[in-house]
Amino acid sequence: MKRLAVSLGAALFAALLGAALLELGPPAATLAPLVAGTLAQSGVTHPVTAVLLNFRGYDTLLEIAVLLIALIGLTAVARRGEAPAATAAVEPVLTTLARLAAPLMVLVAVYLLWAGAFRPGGAFQAGAVLAAAAVLLHLTRLLPAWATPGTWLRAGLAGGFLLFLAIAAALLAEGALLKYPPAQAGLLILAIESGLTVSLGLILAGLFLFLSEERR
Amino acid sequence: MTSGLVFALAGVALFAMGAAGVLLLAELMRRVLAFNIMGSGAFLVLVGLAQRNDVPDPVPQAMVLTGIVVAVAATALALALARRYQALGGRDELAGDD
Repeated sequence: MKRLAVSLGAALFAALLGAALLELGPPAATLAPLVAGTLAQSGVTHPVTAVLLNFRGYDTLLEIAVLLIALIGLTAVARRGEAPAATAAVEPVLTTLARLAAPLMVLVAVYLLWAGAFRPGGAFQAGAVLAAAAVLLHLTRLLPAWATPGTWLRAGLAGGFLLFLAIAAALLAEGALLKYPPAQAGLLILAIESGLTVSLGLILAGLFLFLSEERR
Repeated sequence: MTSGLVFALAGVALFAMGAAGVLLLAELMRRVLAFNIMGSGAFLVLVGLAQRNDVPDPVPQAMVLTGIVVAVAATALALALARRYQALGGRDELAGDD
C-alpha cells in the first residue's frame, strides 16, 4: 500500500514538474552577460572559476568549511582501534600499476589546478584527483588507513580553509567580503586554489581513509 | 527541445525516483544512495534549465560544482553515522521503520 502510494506520488510529481519545465518561458534574468562583462577584472579567464573564486567566493569559502566540519564529524563517529581485517595478498600487477599511476595523478592534479584559470579545471577537480590517488594507494595496501590525525595532517586538512579565511580577512578593507584588487586578483586566486587543492585532496581522501578498517 | 531541457527533464525523473527511494527503502545504505540520486537530479535540473537556450550560464555551473563536493562530504558523514548505528545496534535499519 505504502509502496503504491509513494510510487504514484513520485510519478505524479515528476509529471507535474516536467510539464512545468516544458511550459517555462524565456529566463527573466540571466547572469551570463554580467559574468562575461566583468570577466576581465576577475583575474582569470574561465567564467566558472571566476564565479567560484571571485564573484561568489564566499560560497567556496563556506563550502570548504562545510567539508572540514563533515570530516571532523566523521572522525568523531568513526570507530578507532579496531582489529585489522585479515588481509589477502594484493595482485602484484595492481600494486605496480598503482605505483605508476599515483605520481601521474599528482601531475594531473597540478595541471588541472593551473588550467582552471583559463579552461575547465580548478581546485575541486584537482583535489578530487589527489584524493582518488590516495584511495587507489590505500586499496592496493600501499597507504595505511588513517587513525587519529597528527599535527601535519591536521595542518594540511585545515590549511586551505585557514589560508582562504586569512586572505578574506586581509581584504576586508577593500569594502566587501572577498573583493580582490583587480591587479592582484589572479595571483590571489591561484594562492587560494593551491591551498584548496591540498586541503580538498586530504579531506576527500580522509572521508575514505578515516572510515577504512584496514589499519596496519 | 534543446539538450539543456532534456537534461532538466532527466533530472526531474532522477529526483522523483530518488525521493521514492528515500521513502520506500529501509536499509540506511540504500537510503543514502537514493538521497544521492535525488541530489544528482536537482543538480541536473539546475544546470539543464540554465542552458535550455543553448547558452551555458557559468553561475549555476559553479553553484552545482560546490553542491557536488558538499554532497560527497555529506554522504561520507551519513555513511559514517550509519556504520556507527549498525555497530551499536546491530541493525542497518532505523528503529520504528515498518
